[in-house]
Amino acid sequence: MQLIPCPWCGPREEAEFHYGGQAHVAYPEDPSALSDEEWAQYVFFRENPSGPFAERWSHSAGCRRWFNAVRDTRTHDLIAVYRAGEPMPEVIS
Amino acid sequence: MSSPPGAHLPEHPDFLWENPEPKASYDVVVVGGGGHGLATAYYLAKVHGITNVAVLEKGWLAGGNMARNTTIIRSNYLWDESSGIYEHSLKLWEGLEEDLGYPILFDQRGVLNLAHSLQDVRDSVRRVNANRLNGIDAEWVDPAGVKEICPIVNISQDVRYPVLGATYQPRAGIAKHDYVAWGYARAAHAMGVDLIQNCEVTGLETSGGRITAVETSRGRIAAGKVALCAAGHSSVLAKMVGLRLPLASHPLQALVSELLEPVHPTVVMSNAVHVYVSQAHKGELVMGAGIDSYNGYGQRGSFHIIEQQMSAALELFPIFARAHLLRTWAGIVDVSPDASPIVGLTPVGGLYLNCGWGTGGFKATPGVGHCFAHTIANDKPHPFNEPFTLERFTTGALVDEHGAAAVAH
Repeated sequence: MQLIPCPWCGPREEAEFHYGGQAHVAYPEDPSALSDEEWAQYVFFRENPSGPFAERWSHSAGCRRWFNAVRDTRTHDLIAVYRAGEPMPEVIS
Repeated sequence: MSSPPGAHLPEHPDFLWENPEPKASYDVVVVGGGGHGLATAYYLAKVHGITNVAVLEKGWLAGGNMARNTTIIRSNYLWDESSGIYEHSLKLWEGLEEDLGYPILFDQRGVLNLAHSLQDVRDSVRRVNANRLNGIDAEWVDPAGVKEICPIVNISQDVRYPVLGATYQPRAGIAKHDYVAWGYARAAHAMGVDLIQNCEVTGLETSGGRITAVETSRGRIAAGKVALCAAGHSSVLAKMVGLRLPLASHPLQALVSELLEPVHPTVVMSNAVHVYVSQAHKGELVMGAGIDSYNGYGQRGSFHIIEQQMSAALELFPIFARAHLLRTWAGIVDVSPDASPIVGLTPVGGLYLNCGWGTGGFKATPGVGHCFAHTIANDKPHPFNEPFTLERFTTGALVDEHGAAAVAH
């Protein structure tokens, strides 16, 4: 089982966490101004890279707080974890 | 003196296809040498007479999800759109062995989809009615009926997720996945299709909004048309022409037990507890799990998913308690937001998309191969894949099959 380093609690087993998909997808500032195409992009379309990916996790069976991580989707290696609201570390080349 | 083990085995059979060097140009290049890619090439040649075709495979033929699925074939989906393409596929399965002239061990042993809650029961009965209206064989069976079809299922009501009944599709079943791929590859090769292994596509070349060539690890190959059948890697390929897809690639795990005497006469799937089980012809119990929650391209998942799957399997089949696990593995499945595939044209001329089959692409192999070949040959979708456009995520015409897809997406 993979250990995920929660930025508040430290390394915990993966089973304590809940996945939240791509990070840094901001809610549109003016939703009613979006075209159908833009709305579809916001609702359905996400990055799906083979490589480093910025994503959200929740420590749902621990501190219950959300945080972000950059993880390599090929190796599942966690390259960086950082708290919600903090900028993404410059680890994606 | 007795001969060593294996010495009685026959000589290696003749190869069913050759390994040609790629030509400089093809009318159609199919990217991905799995079931869908091979079937697409086969129907391009057979139905449309297009034989100047290459299938490019980055590894070995049918070594991705075609080698990793649990071989379940059924067509009991909810919506008319899905009924169309999945039932089209099931009908092709029923004649495929004769069509390919190759044994595929297609065995219509039926599929039970279990219901474990009142909501499951309501959804299942609704799906049975929808299937029947679409001319698909389906029936609702009560727990005693489940026991009659598959005697080893535990129908005790004294468990966490009791069996409250099941939908049953008698025409559903399994096939030998490798034989299916070999049958398609052999037949496509015989009609002149080049099957090129160890050839990874690294770029897609366009000119004036039209596809012109693919860059590969074995050089540039010019192409009149390019058809993507890359399953878990579809997003990576589409990005080469700046096309975003509404897909997430996840690990999906499965496992087999050691060989056992025949104990399991059908296929049992459970949406609620995330396990599906059949017994392969050779005797292994084949079991699939739900997807791992995170995106992943590594063809492996987390062990707690397997533990969860096994606990579900043991509650349903207490007789499996002493069976030994032989091996586990994972494939990369491209999951779409509505659990339905994306098959059709793209904004790039001559570039065609077949992806988003998620956890259930194997059953569609003949159906989508047939429809996708039609789409490529005519530059126009076949009526059966017309609803499964990329545009539906903008128009809102989704085909929500989360219930019938039978695995959590």
